Amino acid sequence: MLRRTPLYEAHLKLKAKLVDFGGWEMPLHYGSQIEEHHSVRRDAGMFDVSHMLAIDIQGDQSRPYLLGLLANNVERLAEPGEALYSCMLNEQGGVIDDLIVYRMASGTYRLVVNAGTAEKDLEWLALQRDRSAPDVDIVARRDLSMIAVQGPNARTKLWRAEPGTESASHQIPPFCATTCGDWLIARTGYTGEDGFEVTLPSADATGLWDALLAQGVAPAGLGARDTLRLEAGMNLYGQDMDETVTPMESGLAWTVDLASSRNFIGKQAVAGSVPGRKLMGLVLRERGVLRAHQKVQTPLGDGETTSGTFSPTLGLSIALARLPVGVDYGEDVRVAVRGRDLSARTVKYPFVRHGKSLIDDQLD
Amino acid sequence: MSIPADLKYTDTHEWVRKEADGSVSVGITHHAQDLLGDLVYVENPQVGRKFKKGEECGVVESVKAASDIYAPLSGEILAINEALADAPEKINESAYDAWMFRLRPDDAGELETLLDASGYGELVESESD
Repeated sequence: MLRRTPLYEAHLKLKAKLVDFGGWEMPLHYGSQIEEHHSVRRDAGMFDVSHMLAIDIQGDQSRPYLLGLLANNVERLAEPGEALYSCMLNEQGGVIDDLIVYRMASGTYRLVVNAGTAEKDLEWLALQRDRSAPDVDIVARRDLSMIAVQGPNARTKLWRAEPGTESASHQIPPFCATTCGDWLIARTGYTGEDGFEVTLPSADATGLWDALLAQGVAPAGLGARDTLRLEAGMNLYGQDMDETVTPMESGLAWTVDLASSRNFIGKQAVAGSVPGRKLMGLVLRERGVLRAHQKVQTPLGDGETTSGTFSPTLGLSIALARLPVGVDYGEDVRVAVRGRDLSARTVKYPFVRHGKSLIDDQLD
Repeated sequence: MSIPADLKYTDTHEWVRKEADGSVSVGITHHAQDLLGDLVYVENPQVGRKFKKGEECGVVESVKAASDIYAPLSGEILAINEALADAPEKINESAYDAWMFRLRPDDAGELETLLDASGYGELVESESD
């Protein structure tokens, strides 16, 4: 039996095409994935992301506990309301999950983790708690729902839909959050556009969804979410990275704090190894569509695509690929696409940010 | 969407229309494009190539997935619909108008081995269970 979010009925009403996503029955699209993608780039779209899990970390030991657990440094969260992206690593430096950690007003921290890894994460969190910080409370907030409102007009449309949120959320900078009653409004997302992710009691979810719909915010499914995040150069856990690779091989070295003297799980492994591969962007130079797990031939050896799709914003196919270290940006490589050997160019990603192509000058 | 009664169908979701000159036009069904979602790429066979019935002869790709196209009958490719290269979404908009290629069957009688509309309807029904 697939799990359903509190917005399931709302998706049915909108004639969503539903799919099994990590054990959850979620909307893939509501008619046209490409139109939904464009709505987010050009105006505003919304996603039900209630399948993701918010986990509250409470107690005096919360901070030292997270300092030992996360590859990024929660000391960077100087004030309540600040957020940080981090990987959670195993002893070998492999990625157990990637997450966002928010510092909450009460001294509590909130982790938002992926749906497919939530149970595994909770087990790992409990195991490490028992080892190092027995007084810490770990509370899985299945009582909450999450709606991501994304796009250049997303914030304005949230304020029109729920006027009470404007004064609280008007001033918050990117990657920060504020509470508004029992809602958490964060200026974060997974699309490369401005917008909010609103975490709220599940009883409020359909009300907010309908109010946003009334403001012309386009419902968008997992399909558009995937093309948007790939254009924005954001990794998808389980596809671009997993427990067999380190953040250094996944384009996430910037999120691993090796500068401080702090110790964290996986630090030794990550600090002591020289990665042989790195994640790069690819743009297909011919007609066709790049997909995950296609072989990439470079002068320095073979690599593999980890995600690939047709980019609706750019009108061509893009991919992330794990390639031998030493391959340069702007190099032409060959990708095995369904029995054909096609030409692709290595590029710096993100491919698109705030509605604009970032790769035009890399294709000449 | 109803399944046109004047066409023939394969169990791999191609439709086949008999033309006046004895050739057939081939496309993918409304049901197929609905399963695939927004199409972004069509790879048609080369004109002049010959295929056996059931042989892979092209590809349609959506944002989501790729799907092979199989020759519904043995024969030679006479023409391809060039307009689809730049506008694959025509298949989403009107699957039974957006023909992909025309083929001259080696054996016109082979057309009768394909599914009719009601047979194809039953197939779609059984696959959606």
